[in-house]
Amino acid sequence: MLLIHCPYCEKDLPETEFHGEGEAHIDRPTNMADISDAEFEKFFFIRENHKGIVFERWRHLHGCGRFFNAVRHSVSDKFIMTYKAGVKKPKPTKKDIEAVLPPAKSTPANEPIYADAVKGKK
Amino acid sequence: MANAERIHPLDARVFGGNGVVLNPVEARERISLRADDKAIAGLGKAIGLTLPKKPGKTISKGEVSALWIGPDEWLIIAAEGSDVETKLNKVKTGLYSVVAVNHRNTAIVVSGINAVNALNGGCPRDLSLEAFPVGDCSRTIIGKAEVVLWRLAEDSFHVECWRSFSDYVWKYLSDSAKSA
Repeated sequence: MLLIHCPYCEKDLPETEFHGEGEAHIDRPTNMADISDAEFEKFFFIRENHKGIVFERWRHLHGCGRFFNAVRHSVSDKFIMTYKAGVKKPKPTKKDIEAVLPPAKSTPANEPIYADAVKGKK
Repeated sequence: MANAERIHPLDARVFGGNGVVLNPVEARERISLRADDKAIAGLGKAIGLTLPKKPGKTISKGEVSALWIGPDEWLIIAAEGSDVETKLNKVKTGLYSVVAVNHRNTAIVVSGINAVNALNGGCPRDLSLEAFPVGDCSRTIIGKAEVVLWRLAEDSFHVECWRSFSDYVWKYLSDSAKSA
């Protein structure tokens, strides 16, 4: 079980109290009625979903109830840091990132099943 | 004329064994309180205490207790007849919301030398004294039910759950206690 630091409760708490809420730092357009369908699609549906360091929204659902943001590695699932909603996007240091990298020699078990397709071999 | 009698959801239940005792808590006045910074001082004064601002802390004075649930949310638990709802609604400063949840919630006191083990059967929290000292409270989960956990003493916990979940929580805790 992951322990997630809630920036409002100021404690590391079990992951079952939390709920992931998708990508963070997506600004809602202020001129919603004027934007094109393509722009709306980009804002509403298109997410980065990349492999590596990701910025996510989380909610301490069964706790203080607050939304906050987290920096996490999408392969190792490890958290670098969490911070309160509304705080500027932090820049994790090289040391922070190295601490959450998945093992260098990946075994077949933690290699994604679509790895070949990602690498473009097939 | 027919009379509707309110029955406690855990009426007449008892459990004791394996170092764990479960006791249903009698009816209480309960308030779900949301308030902005400007209202905090006045609201506290209205019920004769200071609303805790530190995460997970509680303050009790007489028959009234205030539990920190979130940065702008408190659960007020008081004895029946305290009329905390009216007292809180008299406050004129700041923005706040007072919702009486007297009978939405009910509570179980879990005590005994194995109380922590019984709770940890369904609650993933670290309930050691260092991580969750006496007087601390928190909303968390037991099994599939959301509860508010409040440590009354080293080996005694107040478990506040929704009325409709109380049968589930009671059975979960008593089953958990048997293997504690």
